[in-house]
Amino acid sequence: MTVETKVALTEQDVRSYSAKMNEANWMADFRADALLKVEQLPLPKPDKTKINKWNFTNFPIHAVESAVYTLLDELPEEARALVDSAQQKNIYVQHNNTPAYLSLADELKAQGVIMTDIFTASREHGDLVKKYFMTDGVKVDEHKLTALHAALMNGGVFVYIPKNVVVEEPLQVLFLHDNEQASLFNHVLIVAEANSSVTYVENYLSTVEEASGLANIISEVFTGDNAQITYGAVDVLAKGFTTYVNRRGIAGRDSRLDWALGLMNDSDTISENITHLVGNGSHCDMKTVVVGRGKQRQNFTTEIVHWGQDTEGFILKHGVVKDEASSIFNGIGRIAKGATRSNAVQESRVLMLSEKARGDANPILLIDEDDVTAGHAASVGRVDPLQLFYLMSRGISQHEAERLVIHGFLAPVVSKLPIEGVKKQLTEVIERKVR
Amino acid sequence: MTVLDIKGLHVEIEGKEILKGVNLTINTNEIHAIMGPNGTGKSTLAQAIMGHPKYEVTAGTVTLDGEDVLEMAVDERARAGIFLGMQYPSEITGVTNADFLRSAINAQREEGDEIPLMKFIRELDKKMEILEMDEDMATRYLNEGFSGGEKKRNEILQLTMLKPKFAILDEIDSGLDIDALKIVSKGINEMRGEDFGCLIITHYQRLLDYITPDHVHVMMQGKVVKSGGAELARKLEEQGYDWIKEELGIEDETVGQEA
Repeated sequence: MTVETKVALTEQDVRSYSAKMNEANWMADFRADALLKVEQLPLPKPDKTKINKWNFTNFPIHAVESAVYTLLDELPEEARALVDSAQQKNIYVQHNNTPAYLSLADELKAQGVIMTDIFTASREHGDLVKKYFMTDGVKVDEHKLTALHAALMNGGVFVYIPKNVVVEEPLQVLFLHDNEQASLFNHVLIVAEANSSVTYVENYLSTVEEASGLANIISEVFTGDNAQITYGAVDVLAKGFTTYVNRRGIAGRDSRLDWALGLMNDSDTISENITHLVGNGSHCDMKTVVVGRGKQRQNFTTEIVHWGQDTEGFILKHGVVKDEASSIFNGIGRIAKGATRSNAVQESRVLMLSEKARGDANPILLIDEDDVTAGHAASVGRVDPLQLFYLMSRGISQHEAERLVIHGFLAPVVSKLPIEGVKKQLTEVIERKVR
Repeated sequence: MTVLDIKGLHVEIEGKEILKGVNLTINTNEIHAIMGPNGTGKSTLAQAIMGHPKYEVTAGTVTLDGEDVLEMAVDERARAGIFLGMQYPSEITGVTNADFLRSAINAQREEGDEIPLMKFIRELDKKMEILEMDEDMATRYLNEGFSGGEKKRNEILQLTMLKPKFAILDEIDSGLDIDALKIVSKGINEMRGEDFGCLIITHYQRLLDYITPDHVHVMMQGKVVKSGGAELARKLEEQGYDWIKEELGIEDETVGQEA
């Protein structure tokens, strides 16, 4: 099988898409420049997974037009379960590639909080977006997929929290996918200025069984000095996508960036979650749960890079692999020279539920400084027969006993998700996937 | 009355025969104690009745009112009314003690007839109070980080919540100080009655100071070699096991390892 790596779209196509979405002019130029780079740049090289045969460039259609919603109650049932429509005042819904619903509490608007689709943001908040969009976080020319993303971006959201503003209620973003032809080149940009605080939760939800498009998703998250961001995500994308998802954080002085990610795609997925602890005293907590099933191939890289002094990074990953699925877990703690008194800790646990399932946990510590602490733990194993015996000796069936053990295994991350409905959804998705 | 009947039971672990023909009949309303030095097959008997995956029954029968227990899966044995209080209970991350107990209780009930949550909580609170357990033990993960004594108490909590017909308690007294021993005994004595039979496995007489057994058995070399009443336990406490060995002409009482 040969894979066509040439992109079917031309500079004219991306410029006219930009114009159609009513973006700022600079964005059209940005896209055109990126498109030029796509062909020269190589694919990324996720450790232990060969992806040169994967299709990252062919897709049926660049953007589809889908219905907008005037009320949250118009959402399809599966999506409504995620949204507390009576309580959730701050929510953005994107329907395939179409910005479909937006609500932001007036008091937040009055404080200068911004939440809007990325196209509007490029126009209305051009200076801010230009400053952060693919500059210090994810760079356009990191590899072919970042350049492709910049050229073809067809959705996403911009969130901005001004200095000293504490947002109490979580901001929720729902990316609803229900068109088999659709591709998702979503860009999420979150900026929390000094002393601010916000909880952001996003859901990727496919309500169709099969997809034939690409998902090339990038999030860039910036915490200013002493700011706090909690970023929760549950990804449930359909089989058939080729998914590249890159969530990147840049942490300022004494700031805190916490991730809780439920990566439940049924598609082949390359996921990269890297946080740079740039400011002294910054802190990152990365929690990830993963379930792989069928013939799915997935690669998850989580990395915390310590640049500042007295920085702390904690990586916790729990993965379940069943059927003939293969999941690679790369955990990297990197401490740069000068990042004295930093602490890099990581733990990866993989539970395999069948003979043909493959799980690999690769803990890596790269340390260029003496005065630091670091540690890692990793294990790959099967359900402990003695645990099953214990549970079954209380009358619990084998099936239920396995379910309890698996849920228990994933609970340390699931319980950290900040929105009740989303936590419940993740529990249900796990239930469905491990059944 | 229900009868748990063990006849000519032979059990192997990894090809090594540990039980060599155990005979024992336990009725509800009776408390039996099995005593004996280490390595004589006491724990093996307990694990084999429950169906531990590593223990292979090579001959003999175990029946519950005539029903073949050995044909049943582990969970079926439990639902038929057999409970094993384990010497080394497993730790299960992420599953709270309360959630686990509720799953176990509901497993005994028909679908659609699950125990109402409030009723469950009231019952749990009551039993935990009897066993003098901290409230947070209900919300902690199952046995995770529990001390030895907490684990044993938690086994008895499960016993009193699940109310089996027969409980086999495998060295439930080991590692308990005297206060904890009294509390655990109180929990077991609460269960005493017409619908409950118990097989207590222990090295020590001291547990039997608090739970008076109806029958006492001594195991050596993978068999029950002597049976008697409560007075047998007292005699063993005073005189040790040598007189039995002498009486029966046994030199080495063990069968090798005891898991």
